[in-house]
Amino acid sequence: MKELITVNNVSFQYPSEDDLTLTELSLSVYKGEWLAIVGHNGSGKSTLAKLLNGLLLPTSGEVKVEDYTTANEKELWEIRRRVGIVFQNPDNQFVGTSVRDDVAFGLENFGVPRDEMIERIQTSIARVNMQDFIESEPHHLSGGQKQRVAIAGIIAQKPSIIILDEATSMLDPMGRKEVIDTVKQLNEEEGITVISITHDLEEAVRADRVIVMKQGAILTTGSPREVFQNEALLLDAGLDLPFSLKLGLALRDYGVSLKEQHLTQEELVDALWTLKSAD
Amino acid sequence: MLDNVIIGQYIPGTSVLHKMDPRAKLLGIFVFIFVVFLANNWLTYGILGVFAVAAILLSQVSLRYMYKGLKPIFFIVIFTFVLHILMTKQGEVVYDLGWLKIYNGGVKQGVFISLRLVYLVLVTSLLTLTTTPIDITDGLEYLLAPFKKIKLPVHEFALMMSISLRFIPTLLQETEKIMKAQMARGAEFTAGPIKERVKAFVPLLVPLFISSFKRAEDLALAMEARGYRGGEGRTRLRVLHWRFRDTGALLLLVILAAVLVVLRTHG
Repeated sequence: MKELITVNNVSFQYPSEDDLTLTELSLSVYKGEWLAIVGHNGSGKSTLAKLLNGLLLPTSGEVKVEDYTTANEKELWEIRRRVGIVFQNPDNQFVGTSVRDDVAFGLENFGVPRDEMIERIQTSIARVNMQDFIESEPHHLSGGQKQRVAIAGIIAQKPSIIILDEATSMLDPMGRKEVIDTVKQLNEEEGITVISITHDLEEAVRADRVIVMKQGAILTTGSPREVFQNEALLLDAGLDLPFSLKLGLALRDYGVSLKEQHLTQEELVDALWTLKSAD
Repeated sequence: MLDNVIIGQYIPGTSVLHKMDPRAKLLGIFVFIFVVFLANNWLTYGILGVFAVAAILLSQVSLRYMYKGLKPIFFIVIFTFVLHILMTKQGEVVYDLGWLKIYNGGVKQGVFISLRLVYLVLVTSLLTLTTTPIDITDGLEYLLAPFKKIKLPVHEFALMMSISLRFIPTLLQETEKIMKAQMARGAEFTAGPIKERVKAFVPLLVPLFISSFKRAEDLALAMEARGYRGGEGRTRLRVLHWRFRDTGALLLLVILAAVLVVLRTHG
């Protein structure tokens, strides 16, 4: 698989702090994958997101996106076009006075000609299913809708990577589902790489690969199934286990032993109703 | 409550004035402010009046809104009128109270100056009534573009305006939320002596300020993430269309000015 982002031995320290926020971190992100980076508050996962598109520059080490490096200021713009970030607060990233103006904002910044801009705005707004709201003002939209507009603004720039930086943490369950489904679709149909930074393990369950972070370092990495085998490690990282895993563990303590772990509710339900009939 | 908040005083419509290019409207207002000062006799003030009324009728804005726009200046109009009656001592005495003599020159001057104020307010409020704030911002950005040469931050100014406009409803929603939170804990915003009420607003303003700064920081980060780097090399989605009617409207104003120059009292 093609490597899109290479993080090489990166350390980072905020000027106002005494300790390193990230310590000699290395990781690779591959084309087309859905990577979840999980960790407790202060584990450095949001800092990592900002390093990936050059909003922050590493104190030491190197971040490379495709063939560009964030250390070179001229290449920063190429990187920012390729790596879009959806931030946590839906309101604080909505720049335009209407949905159309907001999607246009990024395109205007990159100097896209107007005719092409109009076309790209139409298709990307339709892609996130917001075409009925194209003239709407932000205060008439729900949080989930605003996040979908933010996604439209990113895909209009034809990126290769979308980073969700706690993008669903301020949304209600409906909005959360809207956003995750939209991104999932983009990931599957257009091969856009997704990095989802979250402390919600329910969301991480849907990823191809999970990285667990603690205190600025990578604790473990692997498929969700592999990572969630190790409950002690997740608890050590300060994370809350997904409901189906917790219930599985509780059942085991109660004396009902399931054969394996179940990451989603459906799997668990299937395992439970076939429990007795299996043998 | 917040769905009814109108930013500025824009009244949606499809009249000729609504459809005009905001640049033409801004330039027109600018010219009109000078033209108003050309009038100095009954005839020229009459012509200006006809012009103002015609503009209002063209805008199809209901007279109720025009009246609303005039209300705040009624006091100033009456004050100037009275001041002129008392202070101007020209022409014949039309009324004599012994200690107070009213001259017909004073009455005339009072009427003229009051009319001048009313015309100015009527026509300028037509601008804000028929143009969305964002269009006014766009128009200003285009018109002020030449001043970029002397390092006036025109683009930044326009962007600041449009971001402020975008955040007004958001901040209003937030204010309402904070107010409710404070009221739930026993704060009183609407009753009590004025001093207490002013005091009650402090715990409202502090959280609002803090969150605004947080928003500004987040927004700056999001803008940078989306490749914002100043006005240089930027293209625009919003474009303004200068049409024949815009040139026509400005020509009409020039003609009006010429007519007034001819008909005004000289000497």
